[in-house]
Amino acid sequence: MTDPAPTSEPPAAPHPASFMGEPSPDGRFGEFGGRYIPETLMPACIELEAAFRDAWADPVFRAELDGLLRDYAGRPSPLTECVRLSEETGVRILLKREDLNHTGSHKINNVLGQALLTKRMGKQRLVAETGAGQHGVATATAAALMGFECVVYMGEVDMVRQELNVFRMRLLGAEVRPAHSGSRTLKDAVNEAMRDWVATVETSHYCLGSVMGPHPYPWMVRELHRVLGDEAREQSRSLLGGADPDVVVACVGGGSNAAGIFSGFADTDAELVGVEPAGGAAIGRGVPGVVHGMKSFLMQDEVGQVLEAQSISAGLDYPGVGPEHAHLAEIGRAKYHSVNDDEVLDAFVTLTRTEGIIPALEPAHALAWVLRERASLAGRTVLINLSGRGDKDVAQVMDIMARRS
Amino acid sequence: MTEPGPLEAHLRAQRAAGRKLLVPYVTGGLGAWTDVVRALADAGADAIEIGLPFSDPAMDGPVIQAASEQALAEGATPASILDGLRDIDAGVPLVVMTYYNLVFRAGHERFAADLVAAGVSGIILPDLPLEEQPPWQAAAVPAGIETILLAGPITPDDRLKALCAASRGFVYGVNLMGITGERAVVGEQSAVLARRLKDATDTPVLMGFGVSGPDQARQLAANADGVIVASALMRRLLAGAPVDEIHAFTTSLRAALDGS
Repeated sequence: MTDPAPTSEPPAAPHPASFMGEPSPDGRFGEFGGRYIPETLMPACIELEAAFRDAWADPVFRAELDGLLRDYAGRPSPLTECVRLSEETGVRILLKREDLNHTGSHKINNVLGQALLTKRMGKQRLVAETGAGQHGVATATAAALMGFECVVYMGEVDMVRQELNVFRMRLLGAEVRPAHSGSRTLKDAVNEAMRDWVATVETSHYCLGSVMGPHPYPWMVRELHRVLGDEAREQSRSLLGGADPDVVVACVGGGSNAAGIFSGFADTDAELVGVEPAGGAAIGRGVPGVVHGMKSFLMQDEVGQVLEAQSISAGLDYPGVGPEHAHLAEIGRAKYHSVNDDEVLDAFVTLTRTEGIIPALEPAHALAWVLRERASLAGRTVLINLSGRGDKDVAQVMDIMARRS
Repeated sequence: MTEPGPLEAHLRAQRAAGRKLLVPYVTGGLGAWTDVVRALADAGADAIEIGLPFSDPAMDGPVIQAASEQALAEGATPASILDGLRDIDAGVPLVVMTYYNLVFRAGHERFAADLVAAGVSGIILPDLPLEEQPPWQAAAVPAGIETILLAGPITPDDRLKALCAASRGFVYGVNLMGITGERAVVGEQSAVLARRLKDATDTPVLMGFGVSGPDQARQLAANADGVIVASALMRRLLAGAPVDEIHAFTTSLRAALDGS
């Protein structure tokens, strides 16, 4: 752990500058972030940043978004204490229940915000990428709600893995277009979405689904998910008699749910832990690089070709990571670990059998790390962001279990 | 104002001689690509753009994507392509087109030195906009590498002026909103952009994206100093066209430009 500052001077305030505040004017968190995009997209990113700043400072916009989050998405999501699992592990485990949101994951927070912003910018068409399909479903849902046209790009491999979500998006009126190139997963869906956006930027908004891409996306998407971190902090304090959890854990692909929950605790004493899939550990195994509009940690070969991630979870199957996570790792404010697919499946089953909650495979990564570290976490309070529900994954898990038995 | 580098000096001289400029593109590392480079030069190219394939070419359409994937599958690396250029003796300036991560990963100084060693004069990095240029320029300028910047149809006037002032070699006008690839029709926005660029700078202005053949090349060059042709050539190469056919197609582009 890096010490943020020498302790010789008396602190004026416990945290004078937030660990998760605004990026620099050029969109950087430390050395990471920025805006590595073609000139044809530059006006759109500049316009989007201005529109977001303006909207975010506008009480009318905030009230409209809060109303949608409450009355449409079902916020606040509850905080659940896992009584049986805590007894079994000796770790006091709390879950932030983003799985209970409308559309089944935290993704709706970001999408409702960006959809309102789209309306404010006078655009009528949403373009999105999706991995597991949760962001695609959330975007298709917002498009249906607001009467927008919607095109979702999804890797061919993921369309097979997440067939149900493909149908769900089509049912909602979205067009799902396969990404045939490269590894045919999330990174290729991002490429296709950017190609669409370059051609349609004057009428379309790219509704990016994670804390990645060019500035202002990493910052904007984190701010749109801050609501879940703020709720979780207040809920834990009320449960824990004013105290914060000792450790806050979330899975990290691009890193949006982790950014949301970390933002609620960055300026507390809670330890922050991000859990990557072993086959997609951008922070664990990557080196700095530039792709998809940002500088961040990236799994790449020695000349800079981007490697294909491998994970049981389509939502975490991404060789990069949001730039703010790269920064939090660099300064030591958050720690990043990885778990393998077997540990994830065990965690998936454990939570289902012990608490009656079927998690998505993505947040099962966060739980898998807690279960592995149960000895060192014994007696401590751990908050896990349960970022989505597992309905979308049961068919895939059924197949895997059938092959193993 | 610094003295023009070899690429820009060459293009200015050709323009001064009353010639419309032709810059064809080939993906490095793909099949007999070095023979293609020589054929392009022989058929009247004023400079040649060589793509260093990248795994995630987000600005490119299906043809260049396929060419990049195939070249990578054949084992192409920046080093192998630059080695191939070293002995090519094309007789015209060479320009590399790639994505920024390959430069960043190698390190700015090393990459610039590698370009110089391979006899490359200029570079196009479509995902490195003006604001992110300084760390690369700090290495490229002392090495004498000319960095070509792109401008698009919706680039506002103030940005366009700044881009033109910072661009070396030539200014790359993007004909349309979209990715690379042939278009049956390239609209009026190309002519508007070409005129805006010509008003803003004396640096040669070349228009690219969407150019499918000789007639279009002539039209697009009318308001600018020349054109860049990529997908139309690469589609033929990917379909198995022999070098002679590439030579003939390039000759037809040259003839169309000379007739304009």
